[in-house]
Amino acid sequence: MPPDHLLDDYVDPYDDPAARGRRHGPLRVGLGGPVGSGKTALAAALCRTLGAELDLAVVTNDIYTTEDADFLRRHAVLPDDRIEAVQTGCCPHTAIRDDITANLDAVELLEARHPGLELVLVESGGDNLTASFSYGLVDVQVFVVDVAGGDKVPRKGGPGVTASDLLVVNKTDLAPLVGADLDVMRRDAAAVRGGKPTLLISLREDPAATEVAAWVRQQLRSRAAQHA
Amino acid sequence: MTAALLALADSRLPAGGHTHSGGVEQAIVAGLVHDPRSLEVFLRRRLVTSGAVAAGAAAAAAREGGGAPADRRAGWARIDAETDARTPSPALRRASRQQGRGLVRVGRRAWPAAVWDDLPDRPHHPLALGVAAVAAGLGPDDAARAAAYLAVTGPATAAQRLLAMDPITVATVTARLGDEVDRVAAATSTTSTGISSRTPPGTSPGTSTGVSTGTTDGDGRDPDWLPADTDPLLDLLAEVHADRGDRYFAS
Ligand SMILES: Nc1nc2c(ncn2[C@@H]2O[C@H](COP(=O)(O)OP(=O)(O)O)[C@@H](O)[C@H]2O)c(=O)[nH]1
Ligand SMILES: [Mg+2]
Repeated sequence: MPPDHLLDDYVDPYDDPAARGRRHGPLRVGLGGPVGSGKTALAAALCRTLGAELDLAVVTNDIYTTEDADFLRRHAVLPDDRIEAVQTGCCPHTAIRDDITANLDAVELLEARHPGLELVLVESGGDNLTASFSYGLVDVQVFVVDVAGGDKVPRKGGPGVTASDLLVVNKTDLAPLVGADLDVMRRDAAAVRGGKPTLLISLREDPAATEVAAWVRQQLRSRAAQHA
Repeated sequence: MTAALLALADSRLPAGGHTHSGGVEQAIVAGLVHDPRSLEVFLRRRLVTSGAVAAGAAAAAAREGGGAPADRRAGWARIDAETDARTPSPALRRASRQQGRGLVRVGRRAWPAAVWDDLPDRPHHPLALGVAAVAAGLGPDDAARAAAYLAVTGPATAAQRLLAMDPITVATVTARLGDEVDRVAAATSTTSTGISSRTPPGTSPGTSTGVSTGTTDGDGRDPDWLPADTDPLLDLLAEVHADRGDRYFAS
């Protein structure tokens, strides 16, 4: 490191105005988690609940179809021009973490199309428990697992479970059917998450995803405060 | 032969490198690496220490490739033992041999050559890299370059995953280390001038005085002249890491 008095015109190569927490434009929320845990259902729920109060858009990631984007369009949770589908090839993981180019293109396209955009949801293609978003792509990330996968999932850990900003355990309505102990899931999650929040929800019983929507609003508020 | 070098240094070469973090996982746990700047510091340190050792061994191994089969077998066994001597951490020895074996597996089929049969079983990774360079028609310089480059890119990718860093930032970190990678590779490859600086004071290439073993022929081919700048911090991190029950990477 150069001495302090030389730092006046030192250009920090890592001083990236687009870095997490410094980025302007819409809040980008990543929705990750295994296949079938309810990511698309959650995206749809958030669109329904927040769509009236926020200028928002969604990016979906699929292997080669546009299944998730089509689902959102079919259920008309958002106008078509607010939904962009990214095809991830054989590696959904790469597209959200290691080379995020395709997803950045989609986000930038949506931002250009809707200059007032406040919130972009990025749903990852379903992947395993180690999948997580690069903070070059999103500002905060939600990891969605479900009760049907067994109550040992939080204990198994992985960056999605341990490091996500919000862990959502979905499909609590199925707990009696699969013999999953919700208290065990809550306790195991708390043990590995170092104080970060976990929500146990059922999108079947609460299609508005009330608690998750409240968390997203909170993220928007704290970012607005940061930029103020 | 540039294409072969690119293939050898490409992280997509399926040799198992992606399961190793080069110490960065434990460095993150210990709080030493947490942002782009601390990552760059860590990578620079790794490059000039274990990276230099690996580059020197890879270059030496590639130089042995031209010899008669019996000579190169003996040469490679010696380099393997010298690499052991420069790798005090059992965990790092395991990691190196695991990656060496992986590279031999893919190298044998990608660049078929008789030289593969002269390697010891489960060779150290730099040794396998040097032999892969021979098999692919590359020279010691290239072997050193690949080793030095991989010393940086492996842990850089691991850090990006573990810290969920912006991949463009991590690409910037690696790009900024480019000159240093070249410098380390040049300094550790004896076809360049650098190795002579490793000659003990009072000697110069071409003379054989003052070298501890008394067996050095002075042309830089003796493994005693291989860089030995191993880093105790990396050894320590590797040993602590090996005992963890919750690690993502094998090393
Ligand atoms: N029983 C139950 N099913 C749900 C719940 N949430 C989502 N599902 C169903 O789970 C399946 C997979 O959901 P989807 O959102 O497509 O999962 P994704 O692959 O993570 O996007 C769909 O058939 C949903 O209707 C829930 O809370 N309870
Ligand atoms: Mg989906």
